Parts: sequence; structure tokens; C-alpha cells
Amino acid sequence: MNVSLLGVEVPPITHVTVWEDLGGGINKTVLVYFFATLMTLLLFFLGTRQKRLVPAGFFQNTAESSIDFVRNQIIMQTIGPDGMRFLPYLAALFFFIFFSNITEIIPGVQFPANARFGIPAVLALLTWVIYNVVGVVKQGPLKYLKNSTIPSGVPMAILPLVALIEFVSTFIVRPFSLAVRLFANMLAGHLILVTFGVLCAALWAANVTIVIMPFTFFLLVAMTGFEILVSFLQAFIFTILTAVYIGSSMHPEH
Amino acid sequence: MSLLQLLAQQDPGELEAGLTAVGRGIVYGGAAIGPGIGIGLVVGNAITAMARQPESAGTVRTTMFLGIAFTEALALFGFVLSFIVAG
Repeated sequence: MNVSLLGVEVPPITHVTVWEDLGGGINKTVLVYFFATLMTLLLFFLGTRQKRLVPAGFFQNTAESSIDFVRNQIIMQTIGPDGMRFLPYLAALFFFIFFSNITEIIPGVQFPANARFGIPAVLALLTWVIYNVVGVVKQGPLKYLKNSTIPSGVPMAILPLVALIEFVSTFIVRPFSLAVRLFANMLAGHLILVTFGVLCAALWAANVTIVIMPFTFFLLVAMTGFEILVSFLQAFIFTILTAVYIGSSMHPEH
Repeated sequence: MSLLQLLAQQDPGELEAGLTAVGRGIVYGGAAIGPGIGIGLVVGNAITAMARQPESAGTVRTTMFLGIAFTEALALFGFVLSFIVAG
């Protein structure tokens, strides 16, 4: 059912949550994820095919500067030098999320695959498993539970309440908010672009309202630019939060 | 066509669906108030810090994005809940 508000036809909301099946469970979301996986693999395979001491060529330069970015901006800022062993996971996470987000503004695709809840939830679950395993291995199960639920310097009277809140926030809200943050940001951005795109088309078709069209078109262009920033920022935030959680498991507060 | 029905984008007579749409708006609008103030505080203080100590801008920026991410999560819960409320 298409809904109509002041003469503007907006695609039905089910269009946002359900997509046409192309057969065998493959739909547009899955195709975008294939693209993102392929791009991530290609970037690093081509970049490391001929390893030269002095980087030469587009692919090696791109691959090396992206690894440099993940190391300096994400790992060194949050975990420290001993977090370098998580670089493969964090780099793969960053580029996979980035490539599946950036399809939001690629003409002809214009769909961020992370606007479906599935893969963000799986990635968040993976992060949850990793930071818990790291905490248990580094600190031991009981000490890890104590360090992550009981903050130091809390009066005895409110300790049970604080411990409960900390427990819920560390083990339940963290992965949930990680997944929801990525999913909801991409869905909201996609909805905004759809709204302005549809509005432009409707105003173009109408007679008198065409004078308003340049404003909505300008906003559409501006929002597209903003969504490039959001695509990058959400990949960055997901990765850096993963790094922060791993870091807090490795180095508990004293 | 009443205003409520216009907001609900429904055929006349479906008041219940219209109220659901109003509920959605209240859920998201309410959820956006706190994070709006919070993100303002985070970014404002980060800018103050950067202006006072430009050499620490890199660290402050990373921490600012972290703070924004934590604050923003609440607004996004509201955004998702507004879809769930419609049920």
C-alpha cells in the first residue's frame, strides 16, 4: 500500500523491511554483502601481492595507509601496542562495514546493506564473544566478572544495585547497542534520502510546486554528502567501540 | 479529513492506526530530547578542549566520537522502538 501525504507518494514501509527474493534466499542485501566482502578481500589481496619495501602502486599504497589508519587511529588510541594482534579482525571489520555502508550513495544501488538487522547483530555478537573470551583468558573468569561488574570506590549500601546495572550494561546492552547503532543509523540515513528523492520526483511532476524543487534537490545533494560521512563514521565507531571493549577486557581499571 | 487522519496517512475511520502513528511520533520525539542535549554537551566541551589545547585535538576528537556514539544510542533505541510500537 503506497501512502500519500499532501499528494506525495511514499513507498510503503514494508519496502524498507522486506525485499524481493531473487531466488535461493539471495536478495539485494545479500548482493551488497557479497560486494563488500569482495572489495575488502580485493583491497588487501591486490595490496599485498607484490610486497615492496617502498610502497608503490595504487593498491599497495591504499592497503598500507588503511592499515596505518586502523593502527594509529583505532588500536593505539584505545588498546595500546599489545592490541596489535587484533589488527586483522579490526581492519576486516572496519572495511567490511564501510563497503557495505557506502553502497548507500552509489547510484544504481543506493541501499546500505547494514540497514537490515541481520549482519550488524552477527558482527556485534562476534565482538561480544571476542571481548568476553579475551577477558576470561587474560584475567580469569571470576576476576573478569568482578572487574566488569564492581567499580572501585562504591559505598557498600548501593553496591548490589550498581553491580546489577553494570552487569546488564556490560553483557547485554553493549552488544545490543552496538548492533542497533549501526543498523538504525544506516536505516535512518536511507529513509532520509528516500524521502527527499521521492519529494524531488513528486515536485518535478507537479505544475506549480516546481519552484520549490531546487530546495529539496539541494537538500538531497547535501544529505548525500552527509551520508558519505555517516557511512565512514559508523564503520569507524563500530570498530573503535570493539577496540575499546577489547581494551577494557585486557586492561581492567585498578 | 481531520488533522489526525492526515498525520496517520490512513483512510478516514481508522482512528486506531492514526493513534499508533501519533504514538510513534511521541516515542521518537521523547527519545530524541535527552540525547540531543547530551550530544550538544559532548561536542561543546570537546570544542572547548580543542580550542584550549590544539595539540591534543586528535585525542579529543576520538574521545568525542566515542561520547557521541554512547549518547546517540539512546536516540536510536527510540527510533527502532517507534517502528516496534507500530507493531
